[in-house]
Amino acid sequence: MISHNTLVVVLGCAALGVASGAVGCFALLRGRALLADAMGHAALPGVVGAALLGAWWGTDPRALPPLLLGGAVAGTLGLWAVHALAATGRIRQDAAIGVVLASFYALGVVGLSVIQAMPAGAQAGLSHFILGQAATMRTQDAWAAGGLALVSVAATVALFPRLRALCFDAEFAALQGLNIRRTDAALMGLILLVCIAGLPAVGLVLVVALLVLPAATARMLNHRLPGMLATSCAVGGTAGVLGALISAGHQGWPTGAAVVLVGMAFFVAALLVRREA
Amino acid sequence: MTQFLQLDFAPLLCAILAGATCGLLGSFLVLRREALLGDAITHAVLPGIVLGFAVTGARAGLPMLLGAGAAALLAAWLISHLRRVARLEGGAATGIVFTSFFAAGLVLLETSGARSVDLDVDCVLFGQMETLLWPQAMGPGALIDPVALGSLPPAVFLLAGVGAAIALAVALLWQPLKLLCFDADFAQSLGLRVRWLDMALHLMLAAAAVAAFEAVGSILVVALLVAPAAAMRLITNRYTPQVLGGAALGAAVAALGYGLAGPLPAALGSGHAVTAAGMIGVLSGLVVAGAAMAGRWRHG
Repeated sequence: MISHNTLVVVLGCAALGVASGAVGCFALLRGRALLADAMGHAALPGVVGAALLGAWWGTDPRALPPLLLGGAVAGTLGLWAVHALAATGRIRQDAAIGVVLASFYALGVVGLSVIQAMPAGAQAGLSHFILGQAATMRTQDAWAAGGLALVSVAATVALFPRLRALCFDAEFAALQGLNIRRTDAALMGLILLVCIAGLPAVGLVLVVALLVLPAATARMLNHRLPGMLATSCAVGGTAGVLGALISAGHQGWPTGAAVVLVGMAFFVAALLVRREA
Repeated sequence: MTQFLQLDFAPLLCAILAGATCGLLGSFLVLRREALLGDAITHAVLPGIVLGFAVTGARAGLPMLLGAGAAALLAAWLISHLRRVARLEGGAATGIVFTSFFAAGLVLLETSGARSVDLDVDCVLFGQMETLLWPQAMGPGALIDPVALGSLPPAVFLLAGVGAAIALAVALLWQPLKLLCFDADFAQSLGLRVRWLDMALHLMLAAAAVAAFEAVGSILVVALLVAPAAAMRLITNRYTPQVLGGAALGAAVAALGYGLAGPLPAALGSGHAVTAAGMIGVLSGLVVAGAAMAGRWRHG
């Protein structure tokens, strides 16, 4: 019998897995996977900054929504920085991603060391944002994660025709009257949403895997987008549940690592299955 | 002086060596358009480091270097293999491989008994620059005293050895690497072993990542690898300034970042020093931003 606490964590991770599976499909097809890596790392200074502000104003430093909001702001700034650097035309996007993720993360680390010098309580659990620790998830945190997940699934479904057109033939879709810039921005927004929602549970280093692994697994097994989307959601949700359970049952297994390794097992299995076929 | 030698000399030396080594290699990553590989390899070496550590039970240089080199080559091979077999674009394949390696490394770290006072998650994430002390330095004379020099922390020797080996390799391969960076296909048609050169680069990357990881942590190694090279790329089109300038800039950023970590918070009114590794990373980002502006101004 699993405890109420574990149940909360498992459900939260399942919701996250489904959401990242849905958004990840389009992130993968549009070739945006590693931007998620940049956003995840770039969120750290925002999270730390929000905690500093919270300590300043004397609000509950562990309340998740302000921290996640700070993370979203910093993640957006990081994304903008990647675009600005790549727009110089002299360094490519991959180098820009490397620069942005490392320097934003460094700013977050500096902030963490500042906050550690402050009176106890302010820094509680902040370093969990790096590697993820779903076990500390409280009921309202699971609700927040679940809510964000639901929003992103609903948005993915609502935008499905446009996202599909964008991923398969953007130029043709543009001729048909699709606003490419706006649709791309919507996709980036969804990726950001999933990254931020995933931070407390999976951590910023591994959150990119949450987006890529289920989608890549589904891609191996499907030739059509609706099937790929459904498979991806299922794989993401299952990986979330199993990862959370493994992490809850084994002392020292970080949740993020457990979820990623389960997702990896699915991916390898899908590779082998496809090879047989 | 004695206090500086005991507390700051070894970490400062480590930071400079790490910055110069990573800055030297970074240019090849940026020019080869493989910056993501730097990101991937710095994460992927973790299980190799942990296994090397678990085998010997000590933070000894060679087993950890060997483990990391094996992990890095395996990761680089897996990435190119996945791109072909699973028909994934490079970014996605990289994302899958390095997160899986890093996750496996984390679990190994927590479960294999490697977790100890010497190697823990904090060391992986932030580095352990502040713990590199040199208590035997009793005065300026220690700098020329072989016995005292021998008692420097092992990380210094690891970094110095790896840095010297990489500098030598880059010097020997100067022309082939230049050809490789500018036109790999042409280099191949001239009979250059492109695959071997790439593999040599990956091995050097792994060695630099392990040696520097102790000083600044695995994620900030990415900053030292990519940022100085990217900054030089923004302001120069020539090979020699790009490569040597990257190394010099890396060393300068590391030294300046280390130097600022203490006084800067004090100047801002906080009594506590911030982490030096973090300052180095922030500074390297600022250098790239500055270079982007300078480049825009110069190139119109």
